[in-house]
Amino acid sequence: MVGEKPSLETVWEWLDAVPDPEIPVISLTDLGIIRDVQWENDTLVVSVTPTYSGCPATSIINLDIETALRAKGIEKLSLKRQLSPAWTTDWLTESGKAKLEAYGIAPPQPAGGPQHCPHCRSSKVEKISQFGSTPCKAQWRCKSCLEPFDYFKCI
Amino acid sequence: MSDPLFEFLCRMGDNTLVLGHRVSEWCGVAPVLEEDIALANTALDLIGQTQLWLGLAGEVEGKGRDADKLAFHRDVWDFRNVLLVEQPNGDFGQTMMRQFLFDSWHLAYLKALMSSTNEQVAAIAEKSVKEVTYHLERSTDTVVGLGDGTAESHQRMQNALDRLYPYVGEMFLSDDVDAAMVEQGIAPDPASLREAFDAHLAEVMAEATLSIPTDDFAHKGGKTGVRHTEHLGHMLTQMQWLQRAYPDATW
Repeated sequence: MVGEKPSLETVWEWLDAVPDPEIPVISLTDLGIIRDVQWENDTLVVSVTPTYSGCPATSIINLDIETALRAKGIEKLSLKRQLSPAWTTDWLTESGKAKLEAYGIAPPQPAGGPQHCPHCRSSKVEKISQFGSTPCKAQWRCKSCLEPFDYFKCI
Repeated sequence: MSDPLFEFLCRMGDNTLVLGHRVSEWCGVAPVLEEDIALANTALDLIGQTQLWLGLAGEVEGKGRDADKLAFHRDVWDFRNVLLVEQPNGDFGQTMMRQFLFDSWHLAYLKALMSSTNEQVAAIAEKSVKEVTYHLERSTDTVVGLGDGTAESHQRMQNALDRLYPYVGEMFLSDDVDAAMVEQGIAPDPASLREAFDAHLAEVMAEATLSIPTDDFAHKGGKTGVRHTEHLGHMLTQMQWLQRAYPDATW
């Protein structure tokens, strides 16, 4: 790499611009899966935790991180898988939750169900299934506007 | 006997691999769309956990085998899953009864593994517990709903329990591998989990209006690899077809 090592703040900013491959409105940092960024001598070490153990997006996420950092001139890069502590939806950032809602996915709530329909904001909602289009989502339906919607479930 | 830790990790990984594959057989043919998606999600979680367990098994073994090699390049006699998980899907009720019986054992065992002296084992258990918690929630609800449902669904669930109950005992059998794991503080003695399992089973079956068979005969031989049922070989011909036809093919 030419010149000085970029600061960790700069690297975090770069990672903040990498979208989640499945829900591109939120970034990897919004999702809370980047657990640590460190320089170990001249190697940049990025620790990533999987959302769900079988999530097929995990390998794409690693590829996207690598592509983004290489594009910024990082040559020595190591991606570490960190399993513990296990990922929790509590690590979703507030801005990430707002972006999810604007995209039509109800963000996770401590109560275990969506606060309101992400389309019409009605609080009359019902669960269709605990499982949805991806492991992280459940299927719900609004009883006011009758639209089905995804709820980002808590784990 | 090979390294007990390797054996133990293969048992964990083979249970999730074989059940994950079985459950995935429903993909596209489940009774309703929501159940199809739920089954596929469950299978995906189990296969994800398999990658962690068998990946660690390969590292521990140190012979250059990764999770894929262990999954696709071993034959029936090398598999260490309990017989319950290799049983055919049968109807939807039988699949969900099998899931409930396995989930009940799996969650209790994983919770105990969270305090394993082996940090990697504890980390995989911590991750898996989150997923298996909602697997058990769903399989319990379904077993109760169908057991205490129509005359037809009740009869099918009773048949499923009668068919699968003889495979419950094996999950709680202890052998030399388990003794070595207990001694090193890596895993609990499976036999120590039986009492709580039985109490939980009795509670859920009462709610589901189903009768637990009184005969406690248990088929065994899966976790030791001594004798699998006929079904595993047939399953592997499907699961391993590509690697058998085109060894070491990648994409």
